[in-house]
Amino acid sequence: MTARTLSTLVDRATTPIIYILVLAAWELGVRVFQVPTWILPAPTEIWSAAVLWAPELFFNSLVTLRETVFGFALALALSLPLAVTIAFSARARRVIYPIVLALQSVPKVAIAPLVTLWFGINEWPKIVIVVLVCFFPILVNMVTGLESAPRGMLDLMRSMRASEMTIFRRLRMPSALPHLFTGCKVAITFAVIGAVIGEFVAAQEGLGYLILMSTSQSQTPLAFAAIILLTLISIVLFGAIELVERRVVRWTP
Amino acid sequence: MIELQGVAKTYSGRDGEPVHALGPIDFTIERGSFVSVVGPSGCGKSTLLRLIAGLESPSAGTMTRSGAPLEGPSRDVGIVFQDHVLFPWASVLDNVLLPADVFGMDRAEARERAFRLLELTGLADFAHHMPQMLSGGMKQRAAFCRAMLSDPQLLLLDEPFGALDALTREELSLELSRLWQELARTALLITHDIEEAVLLGDRVVVMSARPGVIRADIPVDLPRPRTIETENHPRFHEIMQTVRAMFFGPGRR
Repeated sequence: MTARTLSTLVDRATTPIIYILVLAAWELGVRVFQVPTWILPAPTEIWSAAVLWAPELFFNSLVTLRETVFGFALALALSLPLAVTIAFSARARRVIYPIVLALQSVPKVAIAPLVTLWFGINEWPKIVIVVLVCFFPILVNMVTGLESAPRGMLDLMRSMRASEMTIFRRLRMPSALPHLFTGCKVAITFAVIGAVIGEFVAAQEGLGYLILMSTSQSQTPLAFAAIILLTLISIVLFGAIELVERRVVRWTP
Repeated sequence: MIELQGVAKTYSGRDGEPVHALGPIDFTIERGSFVSVVGPSGCGKSTLLRLIAGLESPSAGTMTRSGAPLEGPSRDVGIVFQDHVLFPWASVLDNVLLPADVFGMDRAEARERAFRLLELTGLADFAHHMPQMLSGGMKQRAAFCRAMLSDPQLLLLDEPFGALDALTREELSLELSRLWQELARTALLITHDIEEAVLLGDRVVVMSARPGVIRADIPVDLPRPRTIETENHPRFHEIMQTVRAMFFGPGRR
């Protein structure tokens, strides 16, 4: 083995090794100092709880995942036409932007109980909260994107007497795509948080509900397992958007 | 082809004070001729091109194109901008075919013409490449193909070689001269390079800065086709001297 292959091997192994060391230190610390399980469970205890409660964890993950994805898709479907309207009409911008900004300034945690009151104890209040948190980053980035077409390219289109529709289709839309994906990536991480907020208020299923239940019964290892799953959902959804982005946006803006 | 009479352009500056950018100037482009406009930066030569392109309207004076009042851009005019403004999300071929889409040209016919132009400029092998993969000179060639796709009567060149290195500049200038002769079109070249202006033009129009007015209109009686040999022609150096004298001579303010 040459020095170079050894050094790349060390480079690649660094991250996993550090993670394993942290986990080992956690395990050792909990055991040595005899930290009670209900305060901080050891990684092995979390794992045993995860295995024991696997069917419940799986089912509740699906519930949260469905709320997150559905709410995100709904936010996308609502904000894109609105972004186009704002980008093309100064009047629409003057009317819509303050409302959107006001809505964004309201803490979602504060209105979550209200939303639950209005929509009942089912998955709709969670979806509505997800829509509320996703809406803003997608809208703002899309509007910026639609306005990001360079002046030179607009001149080119105008010099050919291209219609607004053609300019939109051939220039504004493609140049907005990288911005749209930025907005989506910000939104999807918020979306998971939104779903959990909704479940915290009132729910009979979902990972947020599971966390609430398990902590109230001092089942801390189960709560940890649920939190780890939430993180995984976030990471996977983020990765999925990045995957789509890499297939759609093949240029550097 | 193009006639300008008493044309002037005044912009409103940042503090509301009018900025006198150009004119008043009288200027004509005869059909079938190649006119070079040379001047220092800030002399309003790019403004002149934007006026003739119909991208801006004059503050004073009259402009006609083929006898009719010049109001707005025309599809009979092709423009090559200083910055190639190729769409990074489209292949070289799709970029060249942009006018076909905007003008609603026959698809198959446009494709055939696009390939002929790409062949003419040595880009045939790069038709399906993305613009980012091309060198600066190749990008400008692709931009030239795009401008020529709809077979415009007038070709406007806004410092098309400005961003290129000296060697590529010279190579492209000669190539442009050859293409112009083959395609038999009317052309207006804006440049700050005296050598380029003389090498390509039938006339060299010299502009001076602040206010941007025409200082001289010098005929270039050099034989065509212009080649690398043209630069050794004694007459070439005489004309160069004449143009230079306009900038640096004793008559200068």
